[in-house]
Amino acid sequence: MIVAERKPFDEIKDMLAGCNKVFVLGCDTCVSVCMVGGKKEVGVLASQLRMSFKKDGREIQIDEDTVERQCNREYMELVLNKLSDYDAVLTLACGAGAQLLADLTEPLQVLPGVNTRFIGMTPRDGTWEERCRACGDCVLDETAGICPVTVCAKGILNGPCGGTDHGKCEVDRDKDCAWTLIYQRLDKMGKLDHMRKVFPPRNHLAQANPARQIHEVYKGE
Amino acid sequence: MAGSFKDALNSGEFVITSEIGPPKGTDIEEMKHNIELVKDKVHGLNMTDNQSSVMRLSSLAGCVIIKQMGGAPILQMTGRDRNRIALQSDLISASVLGIDTVLCLTGDHITLGDHKDAKPVHDLESVQILKALKTLESGQDLAGNKLKGAPTFCAGAVVTPEADPIEPQLLKFEKKIQAGAEFFQTQAVYDLDNFKRFMDYAGRFDVKILAGIVLLVSARMAKFMNQNVAGIFVPENLIAEMESVPREEQLKKGIEITGRMIRKIKEQSICHGVHIMAIGKEHVVPDILRAADLLN
Repeated sequence: MIVAERKPFDEIKDMLAGCNKVFVLGCDTCVSVCMVGGKKEVGVLASQLRMSFKKDGREIQIDEDTVERQCNREYMELVLNKLSDYDAVLTLACGAGAQLLADLTEPLQVLPGVNTRFIGMTPRDGTWEERCRACGDCVLDETAGICPVTVCAKGILNGPCGGTDHGKCEVDRDKDCAWTLIYQRLDKMGKLDHMRKVFPPRNHLAQANPARQIHEVYKGE
Repeated sequence: MAGSFKDALNSGEFVITSEIGPPKGTDIEEMKHNIELVKDKVHGLNMTDNQSSVMRLSSLAGCVIIKQMGGAPILQMTGRDRNRIALQSDLISASVLGIDTVLCLTGDHITLGDHKDAKPVHDLESVQILKALKTLESGQDLAGNKLKGAPTFCAGAVVTPEADPIEPQLLKFEKKIQAGAEFFQTQAVYDLDNFKRFMDYAGRFDVKILAGIVLLVSARMAKFMNQNVAGIFVPENLIAEMESVPREEQLKKGIEITGRMIRKIKEQSICHGVHIMAIGKEHVVPDILRAADLLN
């Protein structure tokens, strides 16, 4: 899932400086799971903004809604007709959702209420960890299901660098060294021979910037 | 010393290298002074590559100056700041400038340095840089294009004998050999019994190992390294020895300890040579060599 964090309240408020009518739009998929942009968070932020502007003596109309998935056109079409009269839409979706919203509502001003951070997983409630860089060239089969491109601070492919110490990373002694983890799991799997593979330099074309993918069935449409 | 570093490596004599940290800025007087002091007393002089991720004069420019002054430069090349295009370009540039000994490193992470918010590159890491050297030597670049004139290199790498756990480090050491490393300069070693055990293993491979010797300038520095530097372990007895003299005499004591270690490594033929790192105190390298009976 995509993990995001809410922008600081003051930054959001500053973005709304010139607006008199604002729509706060949430997304009930990833950002809802990481508790920054779902229906509940939209409600809290909208109330917070109303109270704060009222305290400043400013009359601002703030309305709200949350769609199932902001990065998906079909879901967005259900809400587009509500947005036409506003000065801005403050979206709590990830950057992909925010951009589809901007494309579909042009020239409406779309403002990001969150910073999109990473593709992650939930090892325990309330914690999200980055585990995929979407590099387009997965090596998890060789690395015991631990991604060195993501988990190693340098994203290197041929074993630990000299900065590893007692299984920790030179960047942060609280972080595990990815290659020590990979070594230990490969050892348990009886597959230490994988550590001997010399990986060639990564193919950065696999991570074309920006990437695009069209399903076979839809090609030519 | 006259002759190439590779000749010295292959001659069977005890090889001595040291290193110079280039300045942050254009004033190279102190660097030249330090080069002048040691260039004729060692077989090779490393020029660090923006060491500790701190922006400085480039290792290539520093190596050119060593060369101009009659020394044998060892170009340190990390993958932190340059992608494969820039690395290959610098490598063939080094070659045409007469610099053919290259130490291939992954490089410290950007966040350890003085431009913490810069973009870390890491397009190639140490093993892949070693392979890049071999590829260029074959007359091709990494994309398979033919070169107009191929360089030749003497390829070096680094290993950490005190790494914990050691096994992944040793697997990488073997990969580096497979990728073309001819010599290794190790991370600092202080416990020679541990180092001998490492050499029992490493001695099986057809590569030259130069033991990394970092000058202890104070007991405080020893304790700091134990706490903060990956893969360095200064035993308690050495720290106690440093503390046995007043603060102002600890540098002298450090030189004595370093000299003694080098002498022991040479006398017992533990490995093929030493790489002396006197970080920030390069001017005392001749004193270390004297203490090691390697200089009259």
